[in-house]
Formats: sequence, structure tokens, C-alpha cells
Amino acid sequence: MSLVDRGLQLALRSSTRLASSDVLDRLGMRQSVERGLFRATKGTTRAAAVAGRTFAAATKLTSPARQPRAQDKGLFDLTPNDEQAMLIEAIADFAATAVRKAATEADAQSETPDELLAQAAELGLGMLGIPEELGGVMAERSAVTTVLVAEALAHGDMGIALAALAPGAVATTIGLWGDADQQAQYLPPFAGETPPAAALALLEPRPIFDPLRPGTKARRDGSDWVLSGAKSLVPRAAAGELFVVSADVPGTGPALFVIESGIEGLYTAPEPAMGLRAASTGRLILEDVRVPAGAILADGDPLVFAECVQRSRLGWCALAVGTGQAVLDYLIPYVNERSAFGEPISNRQAVAFAVADIGIELEGMRLTTWRAASRADQGKSFDRETALARTLCTHKAMKIGADGVQLLGGHGYVKEHPVERWYRDMRAAGLMEGALLV
Amino acid sequence: MGTLINLETPRKLVPLAKQASHVASEVFRPISRKYDRAEHEYPKELDMFAAMMDGKDAGVGNAGAGAAGVRRKDATDEDRNRNGSNMATVLGVIELCYGDVGLMLTLPRQGLGNSAIASVADDRQLARFVDKWAAMAITEPEAGSDSAAIRTTAVLDGDEYVLNGEKIYVTSGSRADLIVVWASLDPSKGRAAIKSFVVPRDNPGMILERLEHKLGIRASDTANFRLENCRVPRENLLGSPEIDTEKSFAGAMQTFDNTRPLVAGMAVGLARACLEETRTRLEEAGVTVDYTRPANVQHAAAARMLVLEADYEAALLLTLQAAWMADNSKPNSLQASMAKAKAGRSCVDIALGCVELCGSVGYGEDSLLEKWARDAKILDIFEGTQQIQLLVVARQLLGKSSADLR
Repeated sequence: MSLVDRGLQLALRSSTRLASSDVLDRLGMRQSVERGLFRATKGTTRAAAVAGRTFAAATKLTSPARQPRAQDKGLFDLTPNDEQAMLIEAIADFAATAVRKAATEADAQSETPDELLAQAAELGLGMLGIPEELGGVMAERSAVTTVLVAEALAHGDMGIALAALAPGAVATTIGLWGDADQQAQYLPPFAGETPPAAALALLEPRPIFDPLRPGTKARRDGSDWVLSGAKSLVPRAAAGELFVVSADVPGTGPALFVIESGIEGLYTAPEPAMGLRAASTGRLILEDVRVPAGAILADGDPLVFAECVQRSRLGWCALAVGTGQAVLDYLIPYVNERSAFGEPISNRQAVAFAVADIGIELEGMRLTTWRAASRADQGKSFDRETALARTLCTHKAMKIGADGVQLLGGHGYVKEHPVERWYRDMRAAGLMEGALLV
Repeated sequence: MGTLINLETPRKLVPLAKQASHVASEVFRPISRKYDRAEHEYPKELDMFAAMMDGKDAGVGNAGAGAAGVRRKDATDEDRNRNGSNMATVLGVIELCYGDVGLMLTLPRQGLGNSAIASVADDRQLARFVDKWAAMAITEPEAGSDSAAIRTTAVLDGDEYVLNGEKIYVTSGSRADLIVVWASLDPSKGRAAIKSFVVPRDNPGMILERLEHKLGIRASDTANFRLENCRVPRENLLGSPEIDTEKSFAGAMQTFDNTRPLVAGMAVGLARACLEETRTRLEEAGVTVDYTRPANVQHAAAARMLVLEADYEAALLLTLQAAWMADNSKPNSLQASMAKAKAGRSCVDIALGCVELCGSVGYGEDSLLEKWARDAKILDIFEGTQQIQLLVVARQLLGKSSADLR
């Protein structure tokens, strides 16, 4: 363990103790104390945060740490709890100011500015799935909370939201299914000030792709695993320091592997797409990448893999809901102010009904997504609910994106307004796999 | 802390939903086809069921369209999350309409008129009309969606109102004890002058003209009335007799905030019946829906089922949301109309889609799918058509008045 790591470990240990304290919550001090802590640890984490950082166990665990689940009360309820409400408020504020302002430029440059990602990290976006023992700040594991966060952030911009949430997907994956060693090795840096760029890579470049049947293969060689294949539209692939990659294990089926960047045989290539450009999507190519036995997550349990796929789909639903809300919120003042034939175009049913339909379908997308996530939180099956949310979001998000452009007419087609970007981004919601996790 | 977002059936209401589900499968389904064929014949099997329900003061007896009414009281503790009568009623309606929409509509003492009475009647009126079956008469030959344009008049003459006009599409009109009639105290004063009056069905001057022959929901009678110098005591006016600008009509319209989720619930129940039947038939044909794989790697029929079921799920949750908001005294006009719009159009898409997926099995009378597809269409029409719901939603979202967005 290097000095740097030790310093980080000490800082995180004290932060853990603070983070578990109810006193902070009671005093409403949690956020400010966390900011202070981050500042105090700045020197150590920054030194560790160069490309090719080594992930060495900073904490020893005897068993994996898991965030507990909240107990449900058996009542239908759509009200976020206080913790969720505070978090959403902070993120909505960040989305409305910083994210939305940066969106056009980030789209044009195909890159989200580092300082914006740092601000996102400071809000704790990447830490939602990290157990408190390892520096996390959320007392309970909640897919709903992650959904609410993703929704709020995507209201600012979908591409930036993807870039900002991608490391959290990896952290949550390891938080949910990593063993004690994997958690100790990889999770603490995600709770630091400069969390690693990381991505959950499931999608592959071919038509009618089924994530349950990855073309990427993992074969045994002694105790090692050797992986070959390609992953598609990986957020911030070029900057990535850590990847969780799916690969088919002969005999048992698809499994997840943790792969550090800089390893031999791992290449990235730019893969710009129609939308999500702020997330600097790239191709990840694996040519006989050799990783140790301990790189496989959850012993390659195919059920864990299937759950991972579903939880990532819910992440995409949440982004679609947030972006859809952005479309609606942008359209309403536009159609109310835009005048034609002597009155606001929103006085016409053809326009007004299109707006109403967006509102109705968007609310349906939101509720189906919430239901699936809340079932996940309650330990109930959520395959069905996830599939339905995804189906709805796939069809309706695209329509909302298209109608957004249509209602602005020619103005919708030019970059002066954000709706053309939302049109491009919304197309992603139904075809993406991986990259996010709730 | 303290709350948890949860969209499952409330635990305490699961027994009620189960009970209603039994009624659907044991009482309704066996006689569904019989009364679809025997239009206008009273489903006498329901009397026994209704008598049984009268013995209980809660449970499925509370689950008809009108039962609980929509009083928004005892929501004093604002922090407490409530799953109350609106939620219970909508869950019951969903289950009963999973059985049969037409039969559910003709459940004794569960009419929409009962809902109106329960919502706006004073205590004395409540006592007078308790245990009566009340239908609702709003629509006229020249006034459908535009209910403010009704021409039926009510003129005070001594201690009685004298009603004159024509009412159509009165659900359960020939079977109910009472008809709640919308009439204007002064047609020159527009919607503010519209009041509702409780009229006994056998009242002199309340003339049953005929029963409609319909596309679906044939188990439910749909009556047309002529009111000819129909006199009722002045105490039969529901609410205030004052012509109070917009306020009183807004009050009447507010009833919709609570009844629309119920009609949405009817659509949800019917849609679920179609989906379950079709799922069984498709499985017999070797097609199963896999919720873990992308739609595009599955059989086209399975992919179609995913789309239809996704619409169902959205309709269900929008409906529960609207009912939940009513229980918690949150303004829900927007969500109630969203639920009605989504559920109304989805149940038609789903029912027709299921008939298509099942081919001649779906289209023939051997299964109930063809009947459900006929029943479905009314749910996108009554209690506010699709277009009216879109108007309500659009006006709310855009901040428009009914003068701006007509």
C-alpha cells in the first residue's frame, strides 16, 4: 500500500464514521460536512487520480458490505422521502444551471468538461450504490433513489447525465455483487473526490443484439480468464480507468468481469453516435485480455447478470423520463408564445393535444419506471415491470423526441433550440444496454 | 425518511381486491355471454349477490362505480399517507370489470348517481336516499360533451321544482330507483345555473321512452327519458340552489375528478381480461412472452403483447395515482383526465389487438374477446370522451382557459 493510498484510507475511514452518523442528518449538516471532507482529502486523491491509477485494497473486509433495504409499509405512495427530496432538489438545481448551460457545447465537442463531472461527483452522484462501510453516503440501497437522480440530471442533458452517472453504475455493480476483496479494491476510490472514469459495458455492435447472449467470450486459462470481443457505445471509453464487461462463459452463460484500463489487449476507439455525444461514447475492444480469477463478479451467476441487465434498462428509462420532461417543459412556453394566424398556436387542438399526449405518456413512463424500481427495492421480482417500462419508454420517448421537433417546426430542426438534440438523444433510450445501473 | 415510494396494491386492500376478483370469476364471467345476447333482460343473478353485499358495510359492496362517493374529509393529518376509499373503490372496479363491464355497471345501488349523491348531498338528503339505486342523467340529444349546453329546465313552483326536457344515455335508467337529473334553473345564465335534482324513476312526468340497442355493455340498460312537468320537492336539489357564477358548476365538474379514475379503472380491468385470455391462447399456440429479452428477438406476437401490456401498465398506474391523490386531498383533475385518456384509448387498442392476435378464436363468439372488444369502446367515450380528456389535460398543462382552448 502506497503512502497515498494510506492517506486516502485514513480520510475515508473518518468520513465513513461521519457518514454513518445520524447527528449530521438531524442537524441538516450532511452536505456541508461532506464538502469539507472532500476538500480535506483533495491532496491525496488528486495524486492518485492520474490515468492508470492502481486499484489497491484500501480497506480490509471479512465479508462483502451491502447497503440495507428500507422496509416498505405496504401502502401505495408516490412521495419521495426527505433524503430523496433533498438530493433531487440539489441535482435539479445543478441540472438547470450548470448542466443545461454546458449541453450545447458538450454536444458539439463530444465531451463533457472535467469540471462539470467533478461537480457532479461532488454531489455524490457516483456514490449512491456504495455501502457506508466503504465511504458511501446513502444509508439504504434504493433503485428508486437512483432513478430519481437520473431523471433530475437528464432534465439538464441526457448525454452529460450519462457521462456523470457512468462511474456510479460500476460502483453500484460492485456494491451489489462484488465480493469482499473486489469491494475493498475498487469501491473506496469511487467515494473519493475524483472518482475514476468507469463504465459498465454490455452493448455490442450488431443488430438485434441480446445482452443475455454476448458475443464477447471468456475462456479459462489456468486460473485466469481470457476475454475477447467488442463493446459498443461505452460512455467515456477513452478516459476509462475501470470497466465492468459482460462476456459469455462456456457452460454457464453470461457473466460480469472487472477490467482495469492499461491491461494488455484492451483498446478503445472513438464511436461517436447520433446522440449522447457529451458522453464521448467509444468502442471497447478486447483481444485476449487476461485477468485473474478474482475478476469475475458473483462467481458468474447468470441470475445476477440478468438482474444487472434489467437494472441498467431502468437507468435508461429514467434518463428518458428526465429528458422527456425537459422536452415538455421547453414546449409549453414555446407553443404558448409562438403566434400564428393571430393567436398562440397552443390555442389549436392539433398543437394542444400533441402537448397533452406528451404529458400523458411521459407520466406513464415515469410511473412504470418507478414501479419496477420500487419492486427491486422491495426484493420482489421486477423483470415484468422492467420490460414494460422499457417497452413504453422505447416507443414513447422516441415519439416525444420527434413531436418536440415537430411542434417547433423549422425552429425545432436547428441547433438554436435544444429539441433537435433531444430528438437524437431520445432515440438511444430503447436500444442502449448497460452503461447505467439503478 | 418515513415514506417509501411504492406502487403495489396496498397490503390492507389485497383482501378486498381478492374478494372482488372472486365475484368477477364466480358471479360475472359465467353469465357474461348470456346477458350480452339477452340485451335488456335484467341479470337476476345480481340480486342475490347484491343482497349478500348489503349484509356487509365494507368490502366489495363498496366497489361499484358509485358506492363510496368522493367526499374528501378526514384528511386532517397532512403528513400521513392515506390509501382510502378512492383507492379501495378503484381496485374493486378494476377486478369487477376484469369480470364484466356491463354487469358491473348494472350492480344494484352502485350507479354514478349514487356517487353524485354521496359527493354533494347534505346529511338529511343522504339519510333520505340511503339504500337507493341512483342513475345519472346528464346527456341530451343536443348536448353531449358540452354538458353546460343542456336544455332541460327546472323552475321553482311553490315547494317544488318542475322539470322539463329530454335525457338520453342514462345508464341503469330502467333499473335504478332514482335518477339524478342535471337541469338549468335559468338557461340564460349558463353553466352556473346548472343543478342536479334527484328524481324517483316512477315520478309522474318522468317518462321512460326507450332502451338503446348497443355495440357492447349490453348487460347494462341505457335509457332515454322525457321529463314532462315532472315535479319534485325542492329538497331534492343537491347542493346549493344559489346561482353562484362559476363556482357551482365547477363543483359539479369536480365530481369527475373522482369518477374519471373509476372509469379508467373499468378500462384497466377489461384490458387485463383481454391480455390474460390472449396470453393463455398464445401459450397454447407455443408463443410465450419473455420479459428479459429484447422484443425484437422474440416472436412478433410476443413483441406485440409487450407493447399492449406496457400500455396497460401505464394506464393502471395512472389510475392508481389519480385515486391516491384523491385520497390524500391533492388536486387531481390533471391526473384523473390523464388516467381516463390513457386507459380509455389503451383498452380499445388492447382489446382490438388481442382479437387480432387470436385470429378467428378472438373474433368468434366462442371466446369473450370479441365481446370485450365491443364493450371496450364505450370506455373511451362515457364520463368524458378521449377528446374531452385531452382538452382538460392540455388546458391544465398549458395554463389555458376553456375560452382560449376550445
